[in-house]
Amino acid sequence: MKVPDPKRVGRAASASWRSQPALVPVAAIVLALAVGAVVILLVGDNPLEAYAALLRGMFGSPDRIAASLARSTPFIGTALAVAFAFRAGLFNIGAEGQILVGATLAAWVGTFSYLHDVPGILLIPIVMLAGAVGGGLWGAIPGVLKATSGAHEVIVTIMLNSIAVLYVRWLVSSNDPVVLQDTTASVPHTVPISNNARLPELFDSQPPLHTGFLVMLALCVVVWFILKRTTFGFEVKTVGANAHAARYAGMGVNRTIIAVMALSGAFAGLAGAGEVSGTVGFLSPGVFVGIGFDAIAIALLARANPFGIILTSFLWGSMLSGAGLMQQETGLSIDAVRIIQALVLLFVAADVIVRTIFRLRVDTTGGAMDTTQITSGWGST
Amino acid sequence: MKLSRRQTIGVLFGLLGAYLVGFVATSLETADKALKFEPPKLGDTSQLSLVFNPPVAVTAIGTIFVLAGIATFFERRWERLARGALLLAALCFIPLVIVLALALSEASSTNVVQLLVESLRLGTPIALGAMAGLWCERSGVVNIGIEGMMLTAAGTGFMTYAVLGDASGAPILWLSVGVAVLSGGLIASLHALLCVTFRVDQIISGVVINLLALGLTGFIRSEVIVPTGVAIGTPTPDIALPGLSQLPILGDQLFTAQPIFFAMFVIVAVTSVVLFRTSFGLRVRSVGENPHAAETLGIDVIRIRYRAVIIGGLVAGLGGAWFSLEAQAGFEANMTNGTGFIALAALIFGKWRPSTAFAGAMLFGFTRALQSRLQILKVSLGDFAIPSEFWQSLPYVVTIIVVAGAVGRATAPAADGVPYERSR
Amino acid sequence: MIANEDVDLTLHEGEVLCLLGENGAGKSTLMNTVFGLYQPDAGELRLRGEPVHFESSADAIAHGIGMVHQHFQLIPVFSVAENVVLGNELHKGPFLDLDTARTRIRELGTRYGVEIDPDAIVGDLSVGEQQRVELVKALFREADLLILDEPTAVLTPGEVDDFFAVVRSLVDQGKSIIFITHKLREVLAVADRIVVLRGGRVVGDVDPTGATQQSLATLMVGRDVSFTIDKAPSQPGEPMLRVTDLSVDDDRGVTTVEGLELEVRAGEVFGIAGVEGNGQRELVEALMGMRAKRAGHVEIAGQDVTHASPRQVIELGVGHVPEDRNKHGLVGPFSIADNLVLNRYQRRPFSRRGLRNEATIAARATELVHQFDVRTPGPQVPVATLSGGNQQKVIIARELTGEVRLLVVAQPTRGLDVGSIEFIHHRIIEMRDQGAAVLLVSAELDEILNLSDRIGVLYRGALVGVFDRADATRAELGLLMASGREPETAEATG
Repeated sequence: MKVPDPKRVGRAASASWRSQPALVPVAAIVLALAVGAVVILLVGDNPLEAYAALLRGMFGSPDRIAASLARSTPFIGTALAVAFAFRAGLFNIGAEGQILVGATLAAWVGTFSYLHDVPGILLIPIVMLAGAVGGGLWGAIPGVLKATSGAHEVIVTIMLNSIAVLYVRWLVSSNDPVVLQDTTASVPHTVPISNNARLPELFDSQPPLHTGFLVMLALCVVVWFILKRTTFGFEVKTVGANAHAARYAGMGVNRTIIAVMALSGAFAGLAGAGEVSGTVGFLSPGVFVGIGFDAIAIALLARANPFGIILTSFLWGSMLSGAGLMQQETGLSIDAVRIIQALVLLFVAADVIVRTIFRLRVDTTGGAMDTTQITSGWGST
Repeated sequence: MKLSRRQTIGVLFGLLGAYLVGFVATSLETADKALKFEPPKLGDTSQLSLVFNPPVAVTAIGTIFVLAGIATFFERRWERLARGALLLAALCFIPLVIVLALALSEASSTNVVQLLVESLRLGTPIALGAMAGLWCERSGVVNIGIEGMMLTAAGTGFMTYAVLGDASGAPILWLSVGVAVLSGGLIASLHALLCVTFRVDQIISGVVINLLALGLTGFIRSEVIVPTGVAIGTPTPDIALPGLSQLPILGDQLFTAQPIFFAMFVIVAVTSVVLFRTSFGLRVRSVGENPHAAETLGIDVIRIRYRAVIIGGLVAGLGGAWFSLEAQAGFEANMTNGTGFIALAALIFGKWRPSTAFAGAMLFGFTRALQSRLQILKVSLGDFAIPSEFWQSLPYVVTIIVVAGAVGRATAPAADGVPYERSR
Repeated sequence: MIANEDVDLTLHEGEVLCLLGENGAGKSTLMNTVFGLYQPDAGELRLRGEPVHFESSADAIAHGIGMVHQHFQLIPVFSVAENVVLGNELHKGPFLDLDTARTRIRELGTRYGVEIDPDAIVGDLSVGEQQRVELVKALFREADLLILDEPTAVLTPGEVDDFFAVVRSLVDQGKSIIFITHKLREVLAVADRIVVLRGGRVVGDVDPTGATQQSLATLMVGRDVSFTIDKAPSQPGEPMLRVTDLSVDDDRGVTTVEGLELEVRAGEVFGIAGVEGNGQRELVEALMGMRAKRAGHVEIAGQDVTHASPRQVIELGVGHVPEDRNKHGLVGPFSIADNLVLNRYQRRPFSRRGLRNEATIAARATELVHQFDVRTPGPQVPVATLSGGNQQKVIIARELTGEVRLLVVAQPTRGLDVGSIEFIHHRIIEMRDQGAAVLLVSAELDEILNLSDRIGVLYRGALVGVFDRADATRAELGLLMASGREPETAEATG
């Protein structure tokens, strides 16, 4: 059995013209769409029709664009959470649990009777802070465990996701005792938060585009600033690049790991609070299912760059938003879009495939996520 | 005073034991409860049961915990004793949970044999997933995509059944299982291609596989399975092992069971033998520990890694088949529901050895079996009925405790997760 | 990059050929090509007159060539037998046959003087024993030509003698050996012929009887090399580092430093000699606050730092050059500039209130790169692109500037070319003359003898002998390094 040899694959991609970094994701998308088209054909549908409907669903009208932006809002926060952890060499797969816990805490704090009439200018930050605290605590758990016992954060965060989903489901749906449930509602969800705690709406789309989107954009700037200009950011990057050298240089590696995981969780929690406050004012269980893996994919595609994350989240979210229209018009399952998304991630991760096919030069210089090598197995630093 | 890891665990056990003896035992009802050992078939006349008194039982176990905790402080002198005592204490968790559950419920007895057999049965996909991960990781390739491999296999397996079978006939069933196994292997070759040939980060490759599996199986379900109209079918039939199935009590429960369940035991045994007693196994392990050393001895590291990863994929495929063709015949969205990750936890718990990983898988199977049993028993603390979500979260909580407490650092194959670069 | 150019090399049967050259001269590359791990771009290989071409090391092994690498290619968790048979396994039915292997290993052991227990776990063996495993691996495959790459780098002076005896035994029984090294002393002791490589080319094919260390060194480096460094006598001042009764455990919980007493004064170089594995790493880490101490006290500049954090130790004015420069001393993907502020980025002028001052960082980098002659296109280039010597210069630049009262240097010139070695040695003496206390930990006895004002030998975690430089002899030190005992006592016990 002749297996593909890495030596030969690397040499095959010769340069015919200079490649810009942006070309690879674009080429990956093209390739993914092509493979997706094959899959669609296999089930007997017309890919061109499907893609056209998808595009219309994504950008077809101002309403659609706003809906796409709204859909991508929580992705920005969670992808930032993942990306920030990446920079410290940590794999935060727990964004789903963190956004959920943050959303729950925010949804709860927003119903406090003594806060009910506090003006929005104070109450909104309080609720958002609650979200950040909730997510931050849920993110700190794997951080602390990793720092003290070396437990690998991949397993711990995955487990915490499931635990969060289960506990929040109980908190929201429990009838005996009633904890957070709004007993007047027909479908289980939490008691709506005070109107003063609601983020103002920017555009009345379905789902509504709200100020939370701006908060997420601001968060991106904050993360960029931390990483580029602060000493804390320098410590984060050093721990991610070479934790041993960080220790030898006197940096508190454990402290940094815990701080990074807590902040990472806080970013996700903030996104959760934003969604509760901005869209419907309450939390339904199951509304964030699967967002964790989406966040990882976006963070990877954007090469952990905060501004790349904005663009990538928009593309990702708008694809999922537009898929609804595609299903309506052509009957094709939404999962077709999910397959294409997974393929895009595949082609970007194994960019050598794309470069070989499109004859772009193989990139050998360093970069934040280059050769996308982050793991060094289960043994910790 | 600095405590070692073992001593920290010992202190926790000691505190828990004291709590059990001092508070819990005294607050339990003193009515006797019974553990039954009979098979639950109607008309069966064997009446084996073990009657116990909850407070006494809890006191006994609590005392064991406290003694184990004390033993850890002598670990310098009597290391074996300390280790054995902790292991015994850990094992006592199982009877403790059963005793407490019975004590806090209104039922007066519960069938233990069935509980244990159910643990084994529910542990099947976990054990298969753990073996899949074992093959992969022993050769040096981290695999968090076991979940995706199983899910894809479950989906394609039932798809084959639904499209071809229409709830008829055994050959279609076996063919579907075969398709499931092969698709596991196919996804694994993708993982190998990404990790070994393209040297993509191995966790990213796992994420790609999980995402792809979700999309692909959801797509298959709505576009292929649902249109056939076949929602459920007949799962794999029970097979009675000749001779052994005539034994009392266990004969019906353990030695008459479905094929993938039996296959699991065989696969664990074969994995163990091949990995540790054959030259292929030696080479696989060498490649996972120090691929450059293997290369200097003329071993083709790339080829060996491909083989090991694909073997793992085939095993994962069988695990996936269990979901949609053995436990039941049917496919639901995201059917595997995190089992692949629990399998990974079992692997880590077992320190990458087949026998201990299998034990870990059975332990997690036990927590799953326990969950439904506890719901049946309607365990409650006073007026507060413990919600089902709490029991469902047990496997995940146990996993975290196990990973944080039991494992320690870096016992993985030394080159696990490090992409291999040929000399030149 | 061309590693070897136009190399003509001939080895005769039953001969010990020493391939000599400094680090980076191309010796290992050449031999790896012979062993099939690298593919030549031009030229041919002939074995016993027949042209051969090796696609992989399996081919080379099949032709009777065996290689013992500088960094052992062993699997620590496997047993000796498993390591030896890997790739050439024997079978009993479908199963692995280790019994036959065990017998053969014992046989080879007695025949060539490389006895080793086939069931021992390799990770538990000493370095000398591990080297025997490597030799048995080659002999098991019936190698006639043995390539030994820097085999004595990790042995004590006593073990080196044992090793040479084994080499003689192999040759007497008909094997041919190529011995790669940069150690002049050994070359003269064991070679039948010497080939010198410099910059990838052969610059000399020498008969050892006529050669001296000086003549060989000149060939190796291309210019006259001085072995000793000119230095003024030391003017020791206050004790800067005081260690009392120090005990430290390694990662596995084994006590590797036991009851260690040490004092280093300002203005002197204290050299700690000793073969690696006697507690050096744990000692240095404990001094720098990176490892918890089981017992004892450490005092730096009069302050008790027994429980201090690494940062606190650094802030007292301690510079540290770690022995593993890539793993512990540098962050590869970071720029030279960032690496240069790794130990004081949090202080002014490099940052203020948590914000980095990029301008001062860049300015400092330009200054240091110039001052320390780091060969690079610019200070923003990733440090991983530099050569080993230049990388070490970056670390030196970082650690030897600023207010340094105590300098802790571990294996500072390992793997470096002669030019860099000279540079670094001069800098160390400079620091001493400026009043710093220098603790030098090195496995290279020559380096210790060259630079130190006082010398201590580290053996099994304790300092078994402390001498003034003038009183120390190579022989005495060598014996202490190997056995922990002084010559007189050793003689007395026979």
